[in-house]
Amino acid sequence: MIQTKTRKPLRYLVLILLAIIILGPFILGFWTSLLPTADIAKGALWSTHISFANYAEAVKQTAILRYLLNSFVISTLTMAAQLLFCSLGAYAFVFLKFKGRDLLFYLILATMMLPFEAEVIPNFATVRQLNLLNHYAVMVIPFLTSAFGIFMLRQAFRQIPPELKEAADVEGLNHWQFYWRVTLPYARISLFTLAAYSFLESWNQYLWPMLTTFSDKFRPVQDGLRQLQSQETFNNWGMIQASAVIVVVPTLIVLFVGQHYFKNGLNEGATK
Amino acid sequence: MQQEITPASKPSLKPKTLNQANAKGFNLHVNDKWYALAFLGPSVLILGVFVFYPMLRTLYLSLFLTNNVGRPTVFIGLKNYVNLLTSSAYQASLQATAVYVIGVVAFTLILGLLLAQMAVRKLAGIQWFRTIFSATMGVSVSVAAIFWLFIFSPSIGLFDQIGTLLHLPLVQWLTTPGPAMIAVIISTVWMNLGFTFLILFGALQMVPQPLYEAAAIEGASPSYQFFHVTLPMISPTLFFTSTVTLIGAFKSFGLIDLMTAGGPNNATNLMVYQVYRDAFLNGNYGLASAESVILAVIIALFTLLQFKFLEKRVTY
Repeated sequence: MIQTKTRKPLRYLVLILLAIIILGPFILGFWTSLLPTADIAKGALWSTHISFANYAEAVKQTAILRYLLNSFVISTLTMAAQLLFCSLGAYAFVFLKFKGRDLLFYLILATMMLPFEAEVIPNFATVRQLNLLNHYAVMVIPFLTSAFGIFMLRQAFRQIPPELKEAADVEGLNHWQFYWRVTLPYARISLFTLAAYSFLESWNQYLWPMLTTFSDKFRPVQDGLRQLQSQETFNNWGMIQASAVIVVVPTLIVLFVGQHYFKNGLNEGATK
Repeated sequence: MQQEITPASKPSLKPKTLNQANAKGFNLHVNDKWYALAFLGPSVLILGVFVFYPMLRTLYLSLFLTNNVGRPTVFIGLKNYVNLLTSSAYQASLQATAVYVIGVVAFTLILGLLLAQMAVRKLAGIQWFRTIFSATMGVSVSVAAIFWLFIFSPSIGLFDQIGTLLHLPLVQWLTTPGPAMIAVIISTVWMNLGFTFLILFGALQMVPQPLYEAAAIEGASPSYQFFHVTLPMISPTLFFTSTVTLIGAFKSFGLIDLMTAGGPNNATNLMVYQVYRDAFLNGNYGLASAESVILAVIIALFTLLQFKFLEKRVTY
């Protein structure tokens, strides 16, 4: 005990140093977004003209808000679809009896091994044939469900006591009713976790939207930033940093609001 | 008692008799074929079209020469694979990927563990540090790339400015092969830390406190406690985190695309970037399919390893 007391200042010093390393890029990005680009170009990290002018410029001259809206639409749709289809699928694997159930489950589990990055070539051909290119649909339809989501919710549904199912059978509840009234409320923490996970996963997509969207009307925010960065090259750092900050703030908010659920879900996934 | 009640959804006598034969009384619905179709149909359809089919198709395409829209033209067997594995450019890409993956996994784990270890002790205001340490989880790949592009940018970037202050020779971070690799590793590690911290922190909190107390009574030093109590207790989580990080590193694309575009001189031309280049820039879909298969096999092996390990630890 005495030992820990004498070490306290040292511990705070290390904590503060680590916090600076983690926060450094955020702080530098935010700070330079307030400086005029001319000063940044001179290598100055201080300026007499500190303002939000870069933000006004980013909003006026680029489609950054449209990119944000696009990403929001795509991620929300993906999240809603995954909650629905993964929970239905997981329900089937826990509460339904049908031929080939275990085989199908292992097949779906096996798809978790396959990286989407290694399958973009046929998938690109597929969406081109389905005429989905350059539309919200192209970024939602391939991700309507996920093997990971089914797997995770199956684990959660298996925790439901069999007595509940027996009681429901006695009451005459059919599968839809049991799914809706018992299973979903029972597993709500896991559902929140999947919601946060699928939303962020979709929000962070980069390669797929880059291949399949060609206009600002549908381009999500990751590729929007790529677009800005390549158009502006390195000339307008102030505005690029302002755009990056505009993009990072909503996800930071989502993260801190959902942190509790996220942590639980992640630890569940890590230990089960 | 329960067996006497017929489920309302099955009005006919048949399920009842079946049910009576099954004395357990739980297995009321012997076959839920139609429910299964409705519940699982959408997922099976999507996974079939966008995961199973493309896997087989990629495998198939990798055995062909292809035309400029990616249709197979001439069957060439394993020639794409032979060409790849004997090409020095592809070997260089594999090597760059190995360096990147090892660097990312090692530093992500070491720093993540350091953050978690520091944040697990109870101190006034520790909650703030915990929140800060998990912050990079909210950072998407392009935001991370832009923040770090600025830090590494020539002369105006932070590293060059510090270098100038200390009269060190200037490093062209993103246009010299070695430093470019270091730059993308640093950026990736930073981006990974939030997630890794949260998981390892969760694991450290689960280590039973009496273990430490017992070790302290025995006179074990903090470092002895760390290596003989902490590490063994969190080893399943450590293993999980390392495979997740490793698989993520193999799939890296966005950061590379934004920061170096595989350059300079192909020094950061990682496997996924090579697939993208050969397929979508060079139109060589057969070759790119073979590269995809190699990538998929590597990732599948590591995922399998992870499953096997986790399976063993389920009872824990």
